[in-house]
Amino acid sequence: MSVAVPSPAAAIAAPRGKRSRRIAGLPAPLVAGLGLLALFLLLALSADLIAPYDPIFQDAAARLAPPSFAHPFGTDNFGRDILSRAIFAVRIDLQLAILGVVFPFAIGTVVGTIAGYFGGLVDTVFMRIVDVVLAFPFLVLMLAIITILGPGLQSFFIAMALVGWVSYARLVRAQILVLKTSDFAVAARSLGFSHPRIMFRHLLPNALTASIVFAMSDCVLVLLSGAAISYLGLGVQPPAAEWGIMVAEGQGFIARAWWISAFPGLAIVALAFAFSLVADGLGELLGQRT
Amino acid sequence: MTALPLLDVQGLSVSLHDGRETRHIVDDLSLQVGEGEILGLVGESGSGKTVACRALMRLLPEALSISARRITLAGDELASLGVADFARVRGRGIGMIFQNPASHLDPVMRIGAQIAETIRFARGASRREAKAEAIELLRQVGIPDPARRAEAFTHEFSGGMRQRAMIAVALASNPKLLIADEPTTALDVTVQAQILRLLTELRDRRGLSIIFVTHDLGVVSQLCDRIAVLYAGRMCEIGPKRAILGRPRHPYAAGLIACQPAAGATLTRLRTIEGQPPSLHAMPSGCRFNPRCPNAQGDCRSVQPPLDPVEPGHLAACFHQVGTTPRLGCAA
Repeated sequence: MSVAVPSPAAAIAAPRGKRSRRIAGLPAPLVAGLGLLALFLLLALSADLIAPYDPIFQDAAARLAPPSFAHPFGTDNFGRDILSRAIFAVRIDLQLAILGVVFPFAIGTVVGTIAGYFGGLVDTVFMRIVDVVLAFPFLVLMLAIITILGPGLQSFFIAMALVGWVSYARLVRAQILVLKTSDFAVAARSLGFSHPRIMFRHLLPNALTASIVFAMSDCVLVLLSGAAISYLGLGVQPPAAEWGIMVAEGQGFIARAWWISAFPGLAIVALAFAFSLVADGLGELLGQRT
Repeated sequence: MTALPLLDVQGLSVSLHDGRETRHIVDDLSLQVGEGEILGLVGESGSGKTVACRALMRLLPEALSISARRITLAGDELASLGVADFARVRGRGIGMIFQNPASHLDPVMRIGAQIAETIRFARGASRREAKAEAIELLRQVGIPDPARRAEAFTHEFSGGMRQRAMIAVALASNPKLLIADEPTTALDVTVQAQILRLLTELRDRRGLSIIFVTHDLGVVSQLCDRIAVLYAGRMCEIGPKRAILGRPRHPYAAGLIACQPAAGATLTRLRTIEGQPPSLHAMPSGCRFNPRCPNAQGDCRSVQPPLDPVEPGHLAACFHQVGTTPRLGCAA
């Protein structure tokens, strides 16, 4: 009988959290972010087909050429095509952002779960280690570890895992501390379940939401620090195409040939934007489902 | 009751060590539950019903210490078991269901998966067997269209269905004894009646023994075979349902029964027991009920009355039992 007339009372009563437009039932930022990520993934997979030039081919005749139809993003001081290099760089930078988060996520989650669940001495020991790691400035610690291990992508991932897990450990521990006293944890114990089973099969899945959202925004930070470390010469090594290196390489020519640094810089921004859109959308999606 | 009770608890105490003092939350509790018997554990909020049950399952916070002269389940001694061995008693020996099924089920795991996990954990069945059996269990606890409902999450179930699902999880490990801690308190009366019928059916079909914790004497009178009345952590009276409800000996048990409003009775002021249950920090000496007791005399304040038989199978802990000193309205 009553048609959908928006009642003012309902509008007041309904708790209005941050709620963005929906596309196919999902928050719009999530869809947009995932779409952008899919685009980058496609670029990475089909770089050989899409890129107009070989990323390390040097064309001496076309050095520092400004953007044109032949070179839409221009060329660098060795005559390499910026567009092609930027496309091939997606492979490395995507890997950087994802692997640079996966390892810290895995380590931090396990440590946080164990520390939160058992408490006591285990908790104290792990959390003091976390405090020590956090006491150092992030980049300084990263640089120190990479310098010891020797420059390269592998060292970057190891350093990232050694430093990055602390945030996840704290986040998960806080959730587990609450969850371990919850009724369903008691119920699980009443069924005779073992500690690992209760921790990892029942508590952890309930604790993960926050860290998954954090991981997405962490991708942004990892991508930027990966680019920064490559920029400083300790990450990906030239002549490999990586956005951070490309920005660094263009530095000396910034006044004459802005395009060398500008386009890779924009690419970093675009990928970081995609990750933060996903983080926002995921936060909204998971936050309201309780 | 069979000759050998399924569960035999002797002298169960739960205490809180607080610096200098030791306070007993549950004090020297003894009870037996026979095979296929439903024992109602009755008392006010804070009388130690839940603590006693959780002590049996060793589910209490570490600050509380549990002691008992003897706890046997089907002849097996439980009190002396180590942590690892006791884990096998949980679920398989004694199962437990709780007051609030919404929070006692895993919110991010499908109902069917929770039951199947318990089956696999308790009996090591294959994935497919466990899933089929989970659906069968859901059917047994009266969930319509169980194959489809097994795929649902907790928040998609109604209150009554959640309680049924929780019973199914507890039954999945095939316990001999089920401790039901106020499982119907959060449900409305019609659903409550359905759950009680379900529990009775399970008793009849599986020979399940049940300890049913409640403060609702109406529920007890429907469901239970025997009743144990707890006050401030001590057993006041224990005996067959008819004896306790028909002729209670302990003034507290009598008071509780008198407080029960009868349906269809003319509207009068609800009866209450005067005063409050004692605080853990200020337990009265002697009988813990003496400050509120209409029959209390000098000896009640100094000596703790022992739990003595009034007739076979019916015990009460009171010096001045109801009915022995003739009082109005208490004629036998």
